[in-house]
Parts: sequence; structure tokens; C-alpha cells
Amino acid sequence: MRETPSTIELRIRRQDGPDTPPYWETFVLPHAPDHNVVSVLMALREHPLTHDGRRVDPVCWDHNCMEEVCGSCAMLINGVPRPACSALIDQLEQPIVLEPLPKFPVVRDLLVDRSAIDAGLRKVHAWIEIDGAWDTHEPPPRIAPQQWAADYLYSRCMSCGCCMAACPQFGAGADFVGPAPLAQVRLMNAHPTGRHDKTERLHAIMAEGGLSDCGNAQNCVRVCPKAIPLTTAIGELGRQTTIQALKDLFGSS
Amino acid sequence: MSAPGAIVVGGGLGGLWASLRLAEAGFPVRLFSLFEVKRSHSVCAQGGINAVLDTKGERDSIEQHILDTIKGGEYLANQPPIKSLCEQAPGLIGTFARMGVTFSRTPEGGLDLRLFGGVKHRRTCFAGASTGQQLLYGVDQQVRRLESLGRVEKFEWWEFLSLLIDADGRCRGILAMDLRSLEVRAFPAETVVLASGGFGQLYAPKTTTSTNSTGAAASRVYQQGAWFANGEFFQFHPTAMLGHDKTRLMSEAARGEGGRVWVPRTPGDRRDPTRIPERERFYFLEEFFPAYGNTVARDEASRAIWRVTRELGLGIGGGDRVYLDLTHLDRRFVATRLGAILEIYRKFAGSDPLDTPMEIFPAAHYGMGGLWVDFERDADGGMRPGSARNHATNIPGLYACGECDYAYHGANRLGANSLLSASFSGRVAGEAAANYLRGLDPARPALAETVIEAERRRQETINQRLLGADGEENPYTLHQALGALMTERVGVVRDNAGLEQALDELDRLEARLARIGLGEANRWANQTLIFTRQLADMIVLAKAVTASALARDECRGAHHKPDFELPIPEGSFPGDPEFEDYRARWRENNTRWLKTTLAEYAAPRPRIHYQAVDLSVCPPSEPRDYR
Ligand SMILES: Cc1cc2nc3c(=O)[nH]c(=O)nc-3n(C[C@H](O)[C@H](O)[C@H](O)COP(=O)(O)OP(=O)(O)OC[C@H]3O[C@@H](n4cnc5c(N)ncnc54)[C@H](O)[C@@H]3O)c2cc1C
Ligand code: SF4
Ligand code: SF4
Ligand code: FES
Repeated sequence: MRETPSTIELRIRRQDGPDTPPYWETFVLPHAPDHNVVSVLMALREHPLTHDGRRVDPVCWDHNCMEEVCGSCAMLINGVPRPACSALIDQLEQPIVLEPLPKFPVVRDLLVDRSAIDAGLRKVHAWIEIDGAWDTHEPPPRIAPQQWAADYLYSRCMSCGCCMAACPQFGAGADFVGPAPLAQVRLMNAHPTGRHDKTERLHAIMAEGGLSDCGNAQNCVRVCPKAIPLTTAIGELGRQTTIQALKDLFGSS
Repeated sequence: MSAPGAIVVGGGLGGLWASLRLAEAGFPVRLFSLFEVKRSHSVCAQGGINAVLDTKGERDSIEQHILDTIKGGEYLANQPPIKSLCEQAPGLIGTFARMGVTFSRTPEGGLDLRLFGGVKHRRTCFAGASTGQQLLYGVDQQVRRLESLGRVEKFEWWEFLSLLIDADGRCRGILAMDLRSLEVRAFPAETVVLASGGFGQLYAPKTTTSTNSTGAAASRVYQQGAWFANGEFFQFHPTAMLGHDKTRLMSEAARGEGGRVWVPRTPGDRRDPTRIPERERFYFLEEFFPAYGNTVARDEASRAIWRVTRELGLGIGGGDRVYLDLTHLDRRFVATRLGAILEIYRKFAGSDPLDTPMEIFPAAHYGMGGLWVDFERDADGGMRPGSARNHATNIPGLYACGECDYAYHGANRLGANSLLSASFSGRVAGEAAANYLRGLDPARPALAETVIEAERRRQETINQRLLGADGEENPYTLHQALGALMTERVGVVRDNAGLEQALDELDRLEARLARIGLGEANRWANQTLIFTRQLADMIVLAKAVTASALARDECRGAHHKPDFELPIPEGSFPGDPEFEDYRARWRENNTRWLKTTLAEYAAPRPRIHYQAVDLSVCPPSEPRDYR
């Protein structure tokens, strides 16, 4: 076992606003067992002193559930995009380097604007078309447990953006919707009712910024904290779009 | 003229359901949330959602669900809304399934059911170990669909600050703050649905709730005249794993599957728990409750842990922690039956419950109390569908739903009933608000500009004052003081002297908050300013909770004041004179205390009054007897 250090050293990339240059600051806090990156940032905001004793503005970041299920707290930790609430201090190399999640515009410090994920979900029609949110007095569609097990993997995506941050094809200047919205197409296309609108979703990802922009670098799947098989989804969608392209060609949808 | 608009504050299950129903009724909806709606606290719920589907051959019935809910709440909730809640639960689940929610399935592809605490039948639908997340995503996707049609407009990263109230006392919109620029803007609307979630952060860090469950929004409308009901009823979950940031729920299943709760017999014993021999361990639940042992009900377990740590001083290392031990169980059995618990503990504590006992303590989990809301009783004894009175607060035009209302759980909540109530109440509130809009006088005068301007100025002034605040107090430190105070004095066990002290202490906290130094100069996305505003409102809400607890001299559900306990005489049963004597005292106590607490804002202390409970479905006849 590694020797437990008596302090926690953080190197944080800071930025005062979207259009100001980033800068680095170092903080040293007393060590305590069972700290994670969010709980350390909470301790820091109470006493925001740099290692050389300067009092600075507290660091800005995002968090909510503290259980790795809301996706709020994703950031770059020692170079890896991951949720901060489940990053245990005692399992990280020190100094711990914190940077905002790349590819998304910085709002301030470690806070980024992830509205691109939402836009992607809208673009690919990541929903089931229902008549309305009322009771239809019919039993819901049946789904075999085997299918459920495959679908459930994708429905746990919490839009944290880690996969998008790691993807070489996604980001400013590129149109690519990114892996997370693509995986939702896989999910919606499998649902007994969702299937009805499969063509529309496939056309959305066959257009510019869609599936063909994926370079199959596999970075996304390696960083997903929920172990979502993103590249499996992308592979399945590749087959679906090929069939769709043939259907489009021969005029039967 | 365009259709009058609605505002929904909150994008958890309650708020998203309300938005859907309002938009489907044809009214434009503006939806406000502190962050992207799909990050709302509803995602934290793992266990499940109750609905009587009766697909397990157990003859479960809706009547039984109604009874369980009423009795679980110790009769304190109005019964017509509970009746409708339970009757409509199966249809609600069906709608969720149509939305694509990935409910776990039976081998035949139907919805699977599991057994949940406090009931005899399998009645709980679930989606793997992330039911809340899956339900929320279902409605989130539908809202996104309506958004793409231009029928819902989202304002994420905006914080609700206050209501716009016209000269007739009607709610006519809100004032909200952009959480980046801190711009304060007025959003006039004809109705507002508040779905801002719970207030567990009053007890931080000893709470299982998300860091944004502050109750600040509910406090704000309370300060503008909305009644806050049954605030003294807060459910504590006995087994939460400890953390600096929050305490994480370890499901009931850990005790159900054979986990044992203990502390070292010697106070302050610091040995590694696996080295402490059996005879030096105090398995207190087994000693206190020989009949139930470790599976005793939530409340009893919480109180026993409280007693052992706070009164007997036997907490591990002298602190607020006891062991929840699975190490004596078969490893394979635990791994298959309690996989989700093992995963969460390993992930967040960094140690393995199969090798070393977990450390746990009770944590504030769910506030049964909340904003008072009305209902209209139907001829069949339920809530009248579509009535504009349903889920209306006492401020005309303002509705409340989800965990921020008080409606369904009385003095205690049944497990897996609050995902149901949050969703159902959101649907009801959305339909009620739509009918309120339909009933509005088309010739009503517009909201006076002066009202808007005055309210905007008031809120701007608060921001300006905070930006210049350079006192010696720190808001985050004060929040910890608040959490510690509420945990100590307004928690698992209460007494009147302690509650009086707590009210004084809250006054002092308020005075200290007036002397804060903001310590954050950057005006852009200034999180300290945002938090300080919330903290001020949390302290006000804490006073409502504490004053309500002080006023209620009895034990009922989650509100436990040992000085007023009415124990069942030992060894006596119905028919015995002692038991009948006890029954008479129980009746008398109900006559005195079976009523809803209403806190009305007043400075420095809230005014407390009471309202009768509608017991028309099933009046209390028998005391609860778990023997
Ligand atoms: C750990 C845990 C496990 C649970 N498990 C279960 C379970 O298994 N079964 C069950 O039935 N229940 C469970 N519950 C309870 C249940 O999850 C909640 O009661 C329910 O999800 C609350 O939903 P809601 O819509 O009322 O609020 P939330 O989901 O909390 O949403 C609140 C919304 O309000 C917004 N908001 C708040 N304030 C403002 C403001 N000022 N301005 C703008 N927006 C604002 C937020 O942005 C958010 O969108 C659990 C609770 C916890 C803590
Ligand atoms: S596989 Fe495709 S989506 Fe995933 S990281 Fe690579 S390019 Fe991006
Ligand atoms: S796929 Fe995984 S990494 Fe990507 S947003 Fe979803 S949960 Fe995060
Ligand atoms: S705070 Fe929700 S994922 Fe980390």
C-alpha cells in the first residue's frame, strides 16, 4: 500500500470567464481519509488560500448528486475526463491536476457549458413518439429481459460528457454530434415503439456531423464512467445506416 | 391574444410532469432549473416506484396500497389524494413504460415487481438499480420532444428568486436570476408551478439528498405568504455511509439480507473492527429488539443508533458512526444479493464491505412536510380530476408538486412511494394549473409595471449588498453550523428544551449571516453569492421546521419526542383493561394532535396553526401494533 500523505496538493487550471486567459494555481490542504475531489473542493471553497498563502476567489465547479449519477461534476482529473465525486483522493497521484472538461466552452474555472449534448439529443430525436402523457388503459409494450439487459446499458448515460471530451472528432469547429447522442439513437431504435421513427433518427445521423464523422478511435468507450458500450452502439448504427441507405436508394422506407 | 403562459420551477419528476401536461393542454411553458433538468435529484432514487400491478399471484390490491400509505403516514395525510394516487399509479407506470423507461422485466417481458420495506406484497416497479434516473430520463425526453416543437422553453442555469404578486394577491410570474451573469429578470406569467424538490441540505452533511436540495425556493414562497405544512416530519434513513460531502444511502436490503449492526462495547475502542472479538461487540439492535433484531423498522433503527452513539457514547472512536457488518455472510451470497450496495460502498469509501464492516449513521432522507396544497374531493372519495383546486397553494395562481409539497406521506413516507407522488402530483398540478388558466378572466388587467420594478429592485439590492459584504463570517462554515444544529436538536429524537435552544441558535445564525464576507470578487458565475442567498432562505425554513416540531407534543411517525411517548403496555392485548386504557389515551391523543401543522411566515418566529385532516377513506380505529 502507498504511504498516506499528510496533505492534498491540487493544481487547478482557472479561468475567470469565457473569454479570459486561463492560469494555474496550487493549493495544499490537510489530508483526511475518504475525501473525493468534490469534497476537497468543498473544503477549499471555505478557505481558498493558495499554497503561498494568497487569498483568492473560491474555485467554481458543478456538482449535485455526489453519487455519480447526475453527471454534473465531470472534469479532467490528472488528464482523464471523469466525474469528480467518485474520484477518491487516496487513489490519485499527487499533485492532483484539475482542468475543465475539454471540448466544451469554459464558463468559469472548472465549470463548462455542456448544452451541446442537449442539442445533439434534439438533433437525433432521442425520444419515443408518444401520443401524449396520459393513460391509454392498455398494457405497456412487452420487452424480453434479454433485450432489456442490452438496452439498460445505454439508458444509464448521464450526459456527463466524458466520452465527448475524449473524442478526437468532437469539439469546437466540428459538427460531429459525438458518441453520447449516437448511443441514444441505438437505444431509441430498439424500443418497440421507438422503432417506428427509426428512419428519421437514422437520417439525422446520416447527415453532416453524423455517424460518418466517427473515426473509430475508441477513446470514448475507455473513459465512460458508466461503462456504456459506445463503440458497440456505433457499430450497430453503422449496420443500420447501411441498410437505410439501401432502402433510400431503392425507395422503400 | 396569445394563450396565457405558465412557468414551472424545477425539472425533477414533479416539474417535468407538470410541464408535459401544461404543454399538452396547449399552454406555452417556460421551465426553470438551477442546472440541466436531467441532473435533478430525482436521479438518485435507486429502489423503485410503487404501483399495484398484482402480477405476482399475491392478491395485492389498490385498497391495500391506500391503507399502507395512510397507516405508514400515521393518518396525518388527507386521504382523498392518497386514494387517487394509488388508484392511478398503474396507469402512470404504463405511461412511463410507453415513454421508453427501461423497467426491469419478467421472463415474459412484463414489468417486474420487487418487495419493498413496510409492505407484504411485491408492489415496486424498478429499473435496474437506477429507477429514479430512468423515470426522470423518460419525462426529460418527452419534454425535449415538446421543446423541439416550440411548446416548452427551458431556462436552465436560472434560479427562481421570488414570485410576482399583484394587488389582488395573485401570483403573476416570477423573478429569476441568471446563474452566470447574475442578471435578475422578471418573467410575467399567469400561473406558476413550483416543483423545487426537498430540503435535506438543512441537515448537511448528514443527508442523503443532493447538494442542491436546499429548500430555498420553497422558503421563498413561504416568506411571500404560502403556508408550510408538517415541517416537523422528516424521515431519517438509519444506514447511510459517511462522507465529508454527504452521506450515501445504503439500502435497507443490507439489514434485510442478514447485515448486523454493532459497536465495540468499550467506548473509544480504536482497534480494527475485524480484530474485535465477538464478546466485545455490542449488537444493540438485537439486544434492544429481540423479536426483530437487525430488521427492525427504519425509525426504530435510527433511534437506537442515536441512543447508542449520542446518549451512551459508544459510537466508533467516540463519534457518530456504527458498524453495519456483512463480513460474516457468505461472500457469494452477498455479491449476488447486494451487488449495488457493494458497488457504491467500494466506489465511495474505497474499502470492501466483504472484508471490513461498513461505517454508517442515520441521515436526513426525505421531508414529508412541504408547501400546503389544496384538493377537491370527488363524489367517489378521491381527488376530482382536473379541479383547479388540486395542488393549489394558498396563493392563488401558485401550485406546488413533488417533494416540495406536503400532500401524500403524512407523518412518514413508505419506501418507493415518493417517486410515485412526485410524478403523480406533477401530472395533477399541471392539469390543475391548465384549468386555472382556462378559467381566467380574459379581461384581467396586466400586472402593474411598478410591482415588477419594485421586486426587481429588491432582489438587485440583495445582490449588491452581498457583493460588497466584507464581514468575518463564511457562508459555507455557517451552513455546516446549521447542519450540525438541525442534526443535533431537530433530528432523530427531539425535546422541547432542545428545540427552544435551536430556535435561539437559528436567530444567532441569522445574525451571523448578516456579517458575512463574500470572499468572491468575480461577479461572473459567483457561486458564493448564489449559495449565500440560498443559505439565508434555508435558515428561515429551518425555523419553520423547528417551530413546528416544538409545537407538536406527541410522537407520531418520524417526529419523536420521548417525553410524550405513549407506549403499548407490555404483555397486554385488546380486551385487557390496561390495553383498553391505553387505547383510550391513544384516542385522546389523536383528538388532540391528529391535525396538519401550518407554519405561516412571520418575523422573528413563524406563526403555527392547525387544520383538520380529511379522514374520509379510512378513519383511525386501531393503534399500530407491531408485536
Ligand atoms: C438517495 C435517495 C434515494 C431515494 N430513493 C427513492 C426510491 O427508491 N423510491 C422513491 O419513491 N423515492 C426515493 N427517493 C425520494 C425521491 O427521489 C424524491 O422525493 C423525488 O425524486 C423528488 O422529485 P422532485 O421532482 O420533487 O424534485 P427534484 O428531483 O429534487 O428536482 C428539483 C428541481 O427543482 C429545481 N430547483 C430547485 N430550486 C430551484 C430554484 N430556486 N430555481 C430554479 N429551479 C430550482 C432543480 O433544478 C431541480 O430541477 C430517494 C431520495 C434520496 C435522497
Ligand atoms: S470511436 Fe468515434 S465517437 Fe468514439 S472517440 Fe472515437 S471518434 Fe469519437
Ligand atoms: S456515454 Fe458515458 S461518458 Fe458519455 S455522456 Fe454518457 S455517461 Fe458520460
Ligand atoms: S455530483 Fe453527480 S455525478 Fe458527481
